[in-house]
Amino acid sequence: MPQIFHHSTNLISRLSIYGAAFVAVLAGYVVYALSGSPYVTDVNEAKDQPVPFSHKHHAGELGIDCRYCHTSVETSPFAGLPPTQTCMTCHSQIWTNAAMLEPVRASYRDDKSISWTRVNALPDFVYFNHSIHVAKGIGCTTCHGPIANMPLTWAANTLQMSWCLGCHREPEKYVRPKEYVFSTTYEAPSNQLELGAKLVKEYKIRSLTDCVTCHR
Amino acid sequence: MEPESLHRASEPPTGPPVLEPGYTVGSVSDKISSIVLGQRRRRGWFFGFAVSFALLMMLLYAVTYLFAIGVGIWGINIPIGWGFAIINFVWWIGIGHAGTLISAILLLLRQKWRTSINRFAEAMTLFAVSCAGLFPILHMGRPWLAYWLFPYPNTMGTWPQFRSPLVWDVFAVSTYATVSLLFWFVGLIPDLATLRDRAKSRLKQVVYGILAMGWRGSAVHWHRYEVASLLLAGLATPLVVSVHTVVSFDFSAAIVPGWHTTIFPPYFVAGAIYSGFAMVMTLAIPIRKFYHLEDFITMRHLENMAKVMLATGLIVAYGYMMETFMAFYSADTFERYAFLNRMRGPYMIAYWSLILCNILIPQSLWSRKVRASVPALFVIAIIVNIGMWLERFVIVVISLHRDFLPSSWGMYYPTRWDWMTLAGSMGLFLTLLYLFIRYLPVISIFEMRTLVEEEEKK
Repeated sequence: MPQIFHHSTNLISRLSIYGAAFVAVLAGYVVYALSGSPYVTDVNEAKDQPVPFSHKHHAGELGIDCRYCHTSVETSPFAGLPPTQTCMTCHSQIWTNAAMLEPVRASYRDDKSISWTRVNALPDFVYFNHSIHVAKGIGCTTCHGPIANMPLTWAANTLQMSWCLGCHREPEKYVRPKEYVFSTTYEAPSNQLELGAKLVKEYKIRSLTDCVTCHR
Repeated sequence: MEPESLHRASEPPTGPPVLEPGYTVGSVSDKISSIVLGQRRRRGWFFGFAVSFALLMMLLYAVTYLFAIGVGIWGINIPIGWGFAIINFVWWIGIGHAGTLISAILLLLRQKWRTSINRFAEAMTLFAVSCAGLFPILHMGRPWLAYWLFPYPNTMGTWPQFRSPLVWDVFAVSTYATVSLLFWFVGLIPDLATLRDRAKSRLKQVVYGILAMGWRGSAVHWHRYEVASLLLAGLATPLVVSVHTVVSFDFSAAIVPGWHTTIFPPYFVAGAIYSGFAMVMTLAIPIRKFYHLEDFITMRHLENMAKVMLATGLIVAYGYMMETFMAFYSADTFERYAFLNRMRGPYMIAYWSLILCNILIPQSLWSRKVRASVPALFVIAIIVNIGMWLERFVIVVISLHRDFLPSSWGMYYPTRWDWMTLAGSMGLFLTLLYLFIRYLPVISIFEMRTLVEEEEKK
């Protein structure tokens, strides 16, 4: 009886056994790596906007306080997007003829909001409240990154659940004194853990990790 | 290998033999492998396969509709959130247990009569686990996220709830499926090599050749085979007990009256073996008839299986009794009510049918005459299958429909989608079984050869 298989099959069969395990592990790793990559999450991708608004210029160089535009950040879940009127408080006086600002003036003239492209979005099944975070000593830049250096705004963090939990589980790593919450230049001191532990106690920060904290 | 070492049990002096006399090593191989390699078309096979496949397509239809619309198409609602899906899951997973018991425990106990039924009992286990595994996934609101059940590095930064028996279930069932598959496949390898060597067409030679993994039947191969199968048997043995124990925790860890009892694990395991043997019997009787395997699957096998059924059935009956007694003895209003409600509530017909099917009718197996009658055994096996399904219905539905608060009582009526999914899962099971019968040896050829050799030595 002739052989059914060529003798190279020995090698192929052995390779395929080890190969299958290798491919399975590799495929799992690729999926995992992709799920956190900028390709999927858009982190660090500056988004085009109808008007190329620069936080770097306004918040960084001019030093306008975050709350000048994001007015409701201390009192409501939503930090608030400024109406065109807010822009026009200054831009009715300066750069009044700048071509770049024409959409702003048009919006003011026609009483039609500028439709900004959203940069940071949470899914609808997540309850999130800006005011409580701000009130407990979590700075703007902790989540929004180096906003004072962003010519066009990008998301600095994935907003994935593991990222949320990172802070909810260990708030002492991220909390800062309340007076620095709106500082765009604050840097964590070298004794952050020590200071953090103290602030956690002082601000009565609870490590809320129940499902229902966010998924109400 | 020393095949004798696996089958050292001495035969009892009386009773029918495990193999009818007059067979040689060659004729045994011929007879079993001809089912697979024979050129003769079998109309019966095509007919049975067509019916099963039609049922499978119905399952596909029901599942597609389920995925499109959601679990609302089923009869479940609060308070009965666990309907047919969980009943069917427990039923199927229980059926699988006989295969593992036969192949693992009876192998370790050197029960030689298991030889001719272990292969298809193992196959049955595998197919039953496949059916069972389907249901918890279908039952999820978002089945496409079923992989969330497994602990893997994820973007949510969480693990599954390891304190929940539902998560233990995932591990119990997936381990069970893996070990059963390995056990079955390892056991098949020498036979696949036989089929490879006997196959005439190139395609069959290649396919069976790949599956046989280069088996040449050398002494080294046999030695490794024996070590592997003993190891797997050792691994599978605790699974016979653990899988259904964990399944029973799904219920007993909850506080629902009728679920919250410590007797659940042993009585679930006994019930699983009971239903498993009933299913093996249900399958063995037609297969031996249709493929003329009466010489291999003898009356001795049927009688032994009947005895196992009788024994496990009695354990189950004891379980029912103790459950009811403890409800009375606990003096707990809700426990007592739960059991009175079983007997006198709106679903009393299910409860009393269960007692009839699982306890009363199988008592006829005490009679040697009944055990010697193939049609009677077949009917009783089917009745036990139905009874075991009813048992899960009683546990799941009756316990849930009236718990502590009368204001939250409700009724459960299965919809046609529930029935279609149940019937469809049988279609899946039977389709796999028909394919198995057609393409793989239903009886272990090489183990039968060793039986023949032992007969000759006598």
